[in-house]
Amino acid sequence: MQTEMLMLHNLALIIVFLPLLASVITGIGCRTVSRTFAHSLTISAVGLSFFLSCWILKALVFEGNPGWNQTLYTWGVSGNTSFQIGFLIDRLTALMMVIVTFISWMVHIYTVGYMRDDPGYQRFFSYISLFTFGMLMLVMANNFLQLFFGWEAVGLMSYLLIGFWFQRESAIFASLKAFLVNRVGDLGFLIGIAAILYYFGSLNYDSVFHDVRELAARGDMLIIMNNHEWSAITVICIALFIGAMGKSAQVPLHVWLPDSMEGPTPISALIHAATMVTAGVFMVARMSPLFEYSEVALNFVLVIGAITCLSMGLLGVVQNDIKRIIAYSTLSQLGYMVIALGVSAYGAAIFHLMTHAFFKALLFLGAGSVIIALHHEQNIWKMGNLKKYMPITYITMLIGSLALMGFPLFSGFYSKDLIIEMVHASELPASKFAYAIVVGSVFITALYTFRLFFVVFHTKERMDKHSIEHLQESPAVVWVPLVLLAIPSVIAGGMFIQPLLQGYFGNSLVVHPNHLALTEHSVEFKGIFAMAVQGLSGLPFWLGIAGILTAWGCYIKYREIPLLLQKKFSLLYSIFKNKYGFDLFNEWILAPGARGVGWIFWRLGDRLVIDDIGVNGSANSIGKFSKVVRRFQTGYLYHYAFTMIAGFLALLVWLMLT
Amino acid sequence: MVALSDYLTVSAILFGLGVAGIFINRKNIITLLMCIELLLLSVNTNFVAFSHFSEDMPGQVFVFFILTVAAVESAIGLAILVVLFRRLKTINVEDLDSLKG
Amino acid sequence: MQNIGDVMTMQQVMFYIFSGLALFAGSMVIVSKNPVRAVLFLVLTFISMSGLWMLLEAEFLAITLVLVYVGAVMVLFLFVVMMLDIELASVREGFSRYLPVGISVSVLVVVALVSAVGPKEFGLEKVPAPAPYPVDFSNVKALGELLYTQYLYPFEIAAILLLVAIIAAISLTFRGRRESKAPNPSQQVQVRKADRIRLVKMKPEKTGEERESGSII
Repeated sequence: MQTEMLMLHNLALIIVFLPLLASVITGIGCRTVSRTFAHSLTISAVGLSFFLSCWILKALVFEGNPGWNQTLYTWGVSGNTSFQIGFLIDRLTALMMVIVTFISWMVHIYTVGYMRDDPGYQRFFSYISLFTFGMLMLVMANNFLQLFFGWEAVGLMSYLLIGFWFQRESAIFASLKAFLVNRVGDLGFLIGIAAILYYFGSLNYDSVFHDVRELAARGDMLIIMNNHEWSAITVICIALFIGAMGKSAQVPLHVWLPDSMEGPTPISALIHAATMVTAGVFMVARMSPLFEYSEVALNFVLVIGAITCLSMGLLGVVQNDIKRIIAYSTLSQLGYMVIALGVSAYGAAIFHLMTHAFFKALLFLGAGSVIIALHHEQNIWKMGNLKKYMPITYITMLIGSLALMGFPLFSGFYSKDLIIEMVHASELPASKFAYAIVVGSVFITALYTFRLFFVVFHTKERMDKHSIEHLQESPAVVWVPLVLLAIPSVIAGGMFIQPLLQGYFGNSLVVHPNHLALTEHSVEFKGIFAMAVQGLSGLPFWLGIAGILTAWGCYIKYREIPLLLQKKFSLLYSIFKNKYGFDLFNEWILAPGARGVGWIFWRLGDRLVIDDIGVNGSANSIGKFSKVVRRFQTGYLYHYAFTMIAGFLALLVWLMLT
Repeated sequence: MVALSDYLTVSAILFGLGVAGIFINRKNIITLLMCIELLLLSVNTNFVAFSHFSEDMPGQVFVFFILTVAAVESAIGLAILVVLFRRLKTINVEDLDSLKG
Repeated sequence: MQNIGDVMTMQQVMFYIFSGLALFAGSMVIVSKNPVRAVLFLVLTFISMSGLWMLLEAEFLAITLVLVYVGAVMVLFLFVVMMLDIELASVREGFSRYLPVGISVSVLVVVALVSAVGPKEFGLEKVPAPAPYPVDFSNVKALGELLYTQYLYPFEIAAILLLVAIIAAISLTFRGRRESKAPNPSQQVQVRKADRIRLVKMKPEKTGEERESGSII
């Protein structure tokens, strides 16, 4: 047992550092190493990581290995606080590792085809391998410092990869936007970590989770902004969740995600759909022992998730860019996950995270396949009837779409249905509202998914002649990952739901006794097929069918309906088109406001107080004083002598008078 | 019988003469040096007088040291004066204002 | 007591003579126009003050004052004054202008000092005159014992101070060795042709005919 532990321990190290090593080699030698070397090195490194992750998952799940929590290295010590690097491997981590490495591996392979002609080929592979390293550090962390390191590392890689085509102005703006918006979230996250350090005196998950009950029982209050008392645990949770809102693109910090589609499509699949954006969800699930003690924070999470879920789904319906439609669908699905977190169904959230990672990566890569086939055309109204030319892409996209809308037996069905059931069972004040939204969103999801699907793959051909001539199925490096992703998109849900409901996560997720929705539900579970059959009679299924039919009706049968609606509800349409004005608000009010405040601080604080009064002021006043005083320095000896004698005389008189 | 106060008074008057000399002869640096000698002499006289009247020998030792320092001071002062005169061809104090701020 | 009183009177007479002389000479130092005379009056001041010191039974210091101060420092003053070519007119400028200020300041100083050290504080009643030393008492011996025992280190430091003063005064006024006319054999041996002769090529400036015609010369 001891040796086996040691071996697994070393495996974990290899899993994390293989991608780093590959990234450093290709990154440093990006001008000298060949393309073949770059992709074969990184693909084999990440592939090896994937297999080793599977091994760890197997050891944990089937061989009953309890996992481990170990500090490897003390990075620094300050007072009583030590900053350490260590790994916490449990079933949650192992599952995340498998997801991350698998998607990353698929994307690596896919990139070989997608980026074939790009001059920054080696650089790209270096970046995505480094991203994989950062994401693994994030999920395997056993303390908040390392979590933050991984958090920032993936943020940095996201920034670099969105702006990968740095000659494009829009890409630079998009990457900057992503970075800045993430900063807002990261500030919250950092405050949360600081508060944890303050209240718990430690950054290790272990001791924090151990002490949280005590803190909650003590009911420490924090006074924020004259006399508003908040319980410390609520403040910590909300601050951490603000970090998650930035990373997982929840309203109102979602604005960066649609713009991040400026990056290459493999990146959209890997970072902005499957892994990085779900880091927030993972983090909240990891912090479940904290969140469980704050009802307020859970309600907050629930409301934010619900708003994101519905509003972003609606925006997906009016978009015309193939990648943006999928991006908005990602936002909406992230909303689902966050809702699940809000109702304490952490397992369901991670479950949906997993299935979503598969089918959303599939959809993105499928969209990428379409995009390269059409020579980087992204407008869906310049596509059409692609099923004739790209059968494999067509079928895999169909699978992805069905999984996304939650068609029974597909993976999305199980996770989404589970979330809907959980929200229904929840007793939180906001759960009724959330329930209405999750059910309504099923319709929206089906609508925008199949709108995309029908417009791109059916209807008549709207491409120009030149494109049609060259139109053909993408090469094997592109469609093989599609097929490989399509498989888990179908079966992952059915495979995973049973172990999940039978307590797969064990003690890595904590649910307060008052919120025990998951176990109550597990009693009703009778098998995956029974659940699918039961799903056929449920409201969500029929709403989904209605969504598909609406999409079919509007975009295949009666093309005039959407145009009519567009005219009829032009105000609503323009609101949707402007994405509820978040961007406008940021551009016209927030950014100028911040600039104005900054200008005032610069003018008053920096220039006036510090420069003119403080620094230059003191220097000037000394100069002015010296100008007066230097008149005493006549340079004549007798003046000095006179002063001396006068002083002596004054002293003498003073002595005599006293 | 001569009292201590008599000696002190004489040395005080001598001190006053030295001060007045510094004021009156503000042009002539040699006279200034001589006035400083007067001041030191009066101070020395005070030391000797106190030493005598309190029957305390170390007072005279101090006079000894002050004489040494005064001799050193006038030697170096005069040397500087000579160099100064070689450079500027004047010993007028009003021309020596390079210390002016 | 009458006998002793006469002695006292003698002391007083000496005191008044010496102090009167010292004050007169002191005032002459500051008012005399000629620096040489000022120095000479300073010498007189020193001598009379040394007389006062004699009355105070500080014989060694009194003699030192005359020998060292008058004999060395004052002569140095005299040398310097005579060496320097001083324009008396410019130096005396403003004498009368500053006279009232100088006198009033010094009077203030004197009044203040005298009121501090006057008979009220240090009169005979307050500080009685000590008994005179016996005839065989040696002031030099007493001072020497102190200097070479208790004040040995300050004494040595004073000696070093004097040494420093000597070096400083010399280095300040030293103007370099005077040029010696004696030849330096080493330099003579080391000299080379290139140092002494420079060969230049040039065109002949005048033809013979021109010289004969006598156009230039």
